[in-house]
Amino acid sequence: MPGIIFDIKPFAIHDGPGIRTTVFLKGCPLRCLWCHNPESWHPEPESAGKSIILDGREFRESETIGREVTVQEVMAEIRKERIIMEESGGGITFSGGEPLMQPGFLAELLEAAWLEGFHTAVDTSGHAPKSDFERILPYTSLFLYDIKIMDDPLHTAGTGVSNQLALENFSWLIHQGKPVRIRIPLVRNITATRENINAILGFLSPHVRQIGQIDLLPYHRNGIHKYRKLGLVCQMPPRDDTPEPEEIEEIGQIFRDAGFRIKKGG
Amino acid sequence: MITPRIQKLREKSLGAEPRISAERGLLVTRFYRDHLAFGDSVPVQRAKAFSYILENKEICINEGELIVGERGPAPKATPTYPEINLHSLQDLDILNSREKVWFRVDTETREAYEKEIIPFWKGRSNRDRIMEAMTSEWKDAYAAGIFTEFMEQRAPGHTVAGDKIYKKGMSDIIADVDRAMSQLDFLNDPAAFEKMEELKAMRIAARALIDFAGRHAEKLDLLAAEEKDRARSKELADMAAICRKVPASAPETFHEALQHYWFVHLGVVTELNPWDSFNPGRLDQHLIPFWEKETAAGTLTRETAEELLQSFWIKFNNHPAPPKVGITALESNTYTDFALINVGGVKTDGSDAVNEMSYLILDVIEEMRLLQPSSMVQVSKKNPDRFIDRAVKITKTGFGQPSIFNTDAIIQELTRQGKDIYDARNGGASGCVESGAFGTESYILTGYFNLPKVLEITLHNGIDPRTSRKMGISTGYPGDFEDYSRFLEAFRKQVEHFVRIKIHGSNIIESIFMTHVPTPFLSLIIDDCVEKGTDYICGGARYNTNYIQGVGIGTLTDSLTSIRKMVFEEHQITLPRFVEVLDRNFIGDEDLLYHLIYKMPKYGNDNQEADRQLTDVFNIYYDAVNGHASPRGAAYRINLLPTTSHVYFGSIMLASPDGRKAGQPLSEGISPVQGADTHGPSAVIRSAAKIDHLRTGGTLLNQKFSPSFFEDEEAIRKISHLVRSYFRMDGHHIQFNVVTAETLRDARKHPEKYRDLIVRVAGYSDYFNDLGEDLQEEIIRRTEHENL
Repeated sequence: MPGIIFDIKPFAIHDGPGIRTTVFLKGCPLRCLWCHNPESWHPEPESAGKSIILDGREFRESETIGREVTVQEVMAEIRKERIIMEESGGGITFSGGEPLMQPGFLAELLEAAWLEGFHTAVDTSGHAPKSDFERILPYTSLFLYDIKIMDDPLHTAGTGVSNQLALENFSWLIHQGKPVRIRIPLVRNITATRENINAILGFLSPHVRQIGQIDLLPYHRNGIHKYRKLGLVCQMPPRDDTPEPEEIEEIGQIFRDAGFRIKKGG
Repeated sequence: MITPRIQKLREKSLGAEPRISAERGLLVTRFYRDHLAFGDSVPVQRAKAFSYILENKEICINEGELIVGERGPAPKATPTYPEINLHSLQDLDILNSREKVWFRVDTETREAYEKEIIPFWKGRSNRDRIMEAMTSEWKDAYAAGIFTEFMEQRAPGHTVAGDKIYKKGMSDIIADVDRAMSQLDFLNDPAAFEKMEELKAMRIAARALIDFAGRHAEKLDLLAAEEKDRARSKELADMAAICRKVPASAPETFHEALQHYWFVHLGVVTELNPWDSFNPGRLDQHLIPFWEKETAAGTLTRETAEELLQSFWIKFNNHPAPPKVGITALESNTYTDFALINVGGVKTDGSDAVNEMSYLILDVIEEMRLLQPSSMVQVSKKNPDRFIDRAVKITKTGFGQPSIFNTDAIIQELTRQGKDIYDARNGGASGCVESGAFGTESYILTGYFNLPKVLEITLHNGIDPRTSRKMGISTGYPGDFEDYSRFLEAFRKQVEHFVRIKIHGSNIIESIFMTHVPTPFLSLIIDDCVEKGTDYICGGARYNTNYIQGVGIGTLTDSLTSIRKMVFEEHQITLPRFVEVLDRNFIGDEDLLYHLIYKMPKYGNDNQEADRQLTDVFNIYYDAVNGHASPRGAAYRINLLPTTSHVYFGSIMLASPDGRKAGQPLSEGISPVQGADTHGPSAVIRSAAKIDHLRTGGTLLNQKFSPSFFEDEEAIRKISHLVRSYFRMDGHHIQFNVVTAETLRDARKHPEKYRDLIVRVAGYSDYFNDLGEDLQEEIIRRTEHENL
């Protein structure tokens, strides 16, 4: 079964253990205000304008973001990095968008990779039917699981969807005994509030041994030009909403005190 | 830790102005002019000249130093070698006034040249002999920038000390010389007399170094007597005792070992101006027995050992490379003289060689942060991760050292060339990236070979479009080629043609050196010159290799990919029209330029469509060079490295089919074209690993990283994994530039603020301010694509 991806990035070093190849599946049910990857939203390939300056002259062309690929095509790319993955204890990370927006394709990819002995990680918002998690569970070595906002109305305001499904799936996944690494985006006034951090801490604390590591992802505006490129309205918070290093350190310490391993910048 | 006196010595070394010293030039002139060895054989004359210089040169002992001996009369006072290359007054003026890599020439020096040195050597230096002997086709190709010639201004050296000198003093080696002499077979060996003369010369040279050390001992005694500080006075007296012991006898302490090597080093670089200077090679392996013995006996602390190493480091930094002029200055435009300290690797028996001394030396590299000596780590699959992590952590500080080499690949390269595995394991890399069996091999770099220029000439049916002169053979007009394979075949023929010219010239040059410039001193150090009674220059070393260094393989690969796809597969443009566009430097064809840069597959992205041209050209170059023989019995081999020649080679070329504009630098080493690698570092190493490194004698891969990448331990570990992966694919060498393009651009604007900014160039590091503007721009372009 083919699927739609918008990038395959080798030498990904922030998406799980070791050096990884991250496959970005296109399509996302969430619309996080701080999203730096708006090209991941729409599930189909879409065109965007591109301009390159060469010798003071502008060259404009349209490029297509996203392409249909088969499982075998993706595997061929992944295999190229085998030695590097083996040396570094790395593997493959399926990210998005929300990779579980294409559950059949994702499951086939995971199974193919798993059978060839690759370490597999799924980077998910958790916002997908539980049955899809059930389907991919046997072939997934590690989940990278986003916890964004604990308060449901605020979550809906910040991401466009309720957090109920994600939290339920999380609890189920933990119950299955799979390794789960947590990723928390830190946006001032939205996720990096004292109330929210405490609520996340309360939610995660019972599972500290299974979770192990939390990646703290400070908000950045590196993706802002992509909104322009895609003709999308940008609602990204102002630059000031990136927490200061001291604030990040303070949040990190709160989790560390509860026994979590913290990595800044994921 | 750096002690205050090392700090002072370091500052003095950094602040010393490079200048030309006429001392050696005058001494060698007087020696020959006054016929002090009239009637002697050439090797004996050379040995006596060596002896005369060491007897008469000024002894320099710097305040506070622990290792003594300077090549010139003071730090950075740089001697000249008029018997090899006579500088004209105009050369001296250029050296004095050029903007980069200058040497101050004072009136006294200029006068010495005008009155004594030039009148005697004019028309009689080795360079004159070489230029007279070269054919017109060699001269044309040389002037056109198809290749360079290392031996034109410097002597063949390019070797590294093994461990013999730590086991034998000069007296022991003299005993070996005498034994060899007593075993000469005048009944059956027609070369017995020649060998006797050579051995006589070796004995004179060995004696000369002992006496030279003795002169240091005398001066140290005088200084000790004058010194008011009692501690320093005692130190000076101890140093005097050391200079009376080494290099006459084998060293027994850590301090003696370093001083011993340094006298040998001075001997090599005084006898001649070898390219590269000289090199202690596997320093951690050589020093560990002394360290272990002395720490067990309680006579040496870590602090003392560290300070001694630091003092040793400064000695190298006091020696800029002998001044180069003309094309030679363009191909290697740097003060660096390429002494490359090796750390790590494997022992003779193949086991892990990393030891305490390896880590101590890495500390010294990090603390001293000097251009010279260059330093590298050898990483074998047997070495611990801690070792490579430590090395990567130092590269993070951004001065490009140490570079990282694959021991297991080096050993395979050397054994493929026919070396004994023990000798291979005792080897490493020297210069920029060149593999060698240390202590047993003479491996001469003969010059750079401009691969993309040969493509340019192929596209013009043997004519150099810059000068409109017929240079190559006729292999067909651009419109004549029916398919890509025929075009590639034409390129192959042109490569073979120019390689033949190059080797023809190099072999004549080698014969000239063999006849006129034997090196009896260096022959004492490298096995088996003494046993064979044969000079280093004449094939006395156990192994002999000549390299021709291929340059611009990235530019060439991408150029051929463009031709293959655009002309022969997609028929978007005819070859004659493509050539016209290149000759016009893309003016009026910007759409095509855009297409070439952004739409063609490029080497460095693990894209087989591009990389198959890489393996094609590698094989063409390899087949053209590998296996030819030289007069001293060396086999020709290839390696792939540029120093700064990629800038020079690019400057004499028109635009190339990959979208490179006229005059722009070529790609360096085996690195992708600047900015063409858009799929990250792992794709680069996968592409680079498609080169069959094991059939070379060294390749050079540059990788750039932004400093932010190295922020945490985990990221550093990942760089180590990347290196290990490349080495598992048999990659030979990798080095890192850790600096932002922004910083470099600011340094271009405000050089005054960045006087200490050191960057990795190609196989060596250099002060950014000392680089030519075009090279500065090239490095900025290299650094710009770092979107990690």
